[in-house]
Amino acid sequence: MPLRNLILLLLGIAALIAAPLGQGNYVIYVLCSWLIFSIAAMGLNLTLGYAGQVSLAQAAFMGIGAYTSALLTMAGWHWILAAPAAMALCFVIGLLLGYPALRVQHHFLAFVTLAFNTLVFLVLRNEEWLTGGSLGLVGIMRPSFLGFDTMPQIHFYYFTLVVFLIVAALFWGLVRSPWGRAFRALRENPIRANSLGVDIRRMTLLAFAIGSSLGGLAGALAAPLVQFIDPPAFSLVHSLKILLMVVVGGSGYFFGPILGAGLVIVMPEFLRFTEGYYLMIYAATVLVLMIFCPTGLIGLGKRIAGRFKGQRVRADLKQGAQL
Amino acid sequence: MAEFLQITLSGLATGSIYALAAIGFTLLWQASQTINFAQGEFVMLPAFFVLIGMHVLGLPLFVAMLFALLLSLILLGAMFKKLVIEPMLPHGTLPIVMATIALGILMKESVKEFYSAEAQPFPALVSDRTVDIFGASVSFQDIANLAISLLVVVALQFFLNGTRTGRCMQATAQNPGVAEILGVNIKRMVLYTFLINAALATVASFLISPIYLAKFSNGEPIGLVAFIAAIVGGFNQIRGALVGGLLIGVVDNLAASYVSAQYRAAVPLLLLIVIILVRPQGIMGKAEGRTV
Repeated sequence: MPLRNLILLLLGIAALIAAPLGQGNYVIYVLCSWLIFSIAAMGLNLTLGYAGQVSLAQAAFMGIGAYTSALLTMAGWHWILAAPAAMALCFVIGLLLGYPALRVQHHFLAFVTLAFNTLVFLVLRNEEWLTGGSLGLVGIMRPSFLGFDTMPQIHFYYFTLVVFLIVAALFWGLVRSPWGRAFRALRENPIRANSLGVDIRRMTLLAFAIGSSLGGLAGALAAPLVQFIDPPAFSLVHSLKILLMVVVGGSGYFFGPILGAGLVIVMPEFLRFTEGYYLMIYAATVLVLMIFCPTGLIGLGKRIAGRFKGQRVRADLKQGAQL
Repeated sequence: MAEFLQITLSGLATGSIYALAAIGFTLLWQASQTINFAQGEFVMLPAFFVLIGMHVLGLPLFVAMLFALLLSLILLGAMFKKLVIEPMLPHGTLPIVMATIALGILMKESVKEFYSAEAQPFPALVSDRTVDIFGASVSFQDIANLAISLLVVVALQFFLNGTRTGRCMQATAQNPGVAEILGVNIKRMVLYTFLINAALATVASFLISPIYLAKFSNGEPIGLVAFIAAIVGGFNQIRGALVGGLLIGVVDNLAASYVSAQYRAAVPLLLLIVIILVRPQGIMGKAEGRTV
């Protein structure tokens, strides 16, 4: 990694550490949910931006993760065990859901996950013996690690930040591993990837399942943050919201979903003065962005930067780039 | 038995309205690979055009309906194609999906803010008397809905198969490149498709609003059902969307009465998943070539 990028990265992490200092509980809460949704959006980015499949069930996986970890911690498990269990469950459900859907190409995963999200919502609402029905689960404890109690809001923020950084580092490694390269090959040209020996179906399925388990992890973090979960928090609208984060930020870019999540979470706070018009302004913004720049904000930034710098081209491709 | 018949018939009536929305959805997909996530809102909105025509402009019902149809053709047909879909077509499906989702939210919130958040009564086109068929009491409204929807579908089918323009539209949907070489004005044909979709949504809106009342949030369930109906029936067939719509209407009604009211909404979704597993091209659909 070039020195300049390393310095930028360290500055970024320092900013994340300093961000909550001296802030009120509510601001820290917004920062926490930004980090949590970034994790969910990163998972979806793997499915969408790297493997090229649309999933509309990320909120459902967050729900499964949140309920699983909440029920386990309320039964006396420690979070450090409950969260991986939630992730594993999401991974398995992702495999089961994705396997048949990926038999057929086109946008069938989108359709199946759309139906799945609504089904999960109905189960969460109707199975009162397990999930508390529409009243939800109350009194979820925040974990403590070797005496570090995450009950104070700022402690919880640092706990979330550590998890976020670990996930981001693993993700960074993953998309640069042979698996990550195979994912990208699939998105760019599935036929060619297949002819080079990439098992399309297995790789896509894997990307979807890993993406789903990251959704589960985000849910396992969201439950102790709010300490209360109910079904509407994991409905289809929220899946669309997470999808929006990925696309608005820039799908297929590492920092895209993080940027997108920030925008989607923080924008309501800035637009609060507009009251009822907030959603309209928001929707209109997305519409305009999609019409003028379908590659998202990072794509827009690159385009503007490219205009100033001129396209940088690999030496051996120079001739082709001039065509 | 009488009860079963009654439930089935009213299911068919609602299902035929779903079918109209589903057919529009299918047509758009065929003509321009547009998955319109705002289809439910397209059905929700024209009812409010009628209400605006009646209550704000003081028009009589039928004039207001013509006004609504005209407005829908312009806004939901031509403008939707020109301003939203056309600039995004070169960038693939995903931006269109996102944009139509955003458009749906925009339409929903606009109605909520500028008209009303309350459900509005909508004038019925026929009297709400009921008639006895083999012991089942069926409302005139249901019969009229079924008749009007089927009439619209038959007329559409005739237009697509029996007229020159309709055949040109089919050619455009099947293979735009070849159609253009053969002298079809494909841009115009795609525009016709968008206009037909807007008209279908408007008719569906007129038929369904007296039953469910006109409300800003109606779009979501209608859109979801239209979506499921289109896939269950077969994404590349108009007949498929019709069958899918009717099937979902009946299954939904039967499930609500005989299975469980709580899981009513789950039954069409399970049907969707089963169909995708067993017959991914849909009940009536033809299998399409796979990419790999």
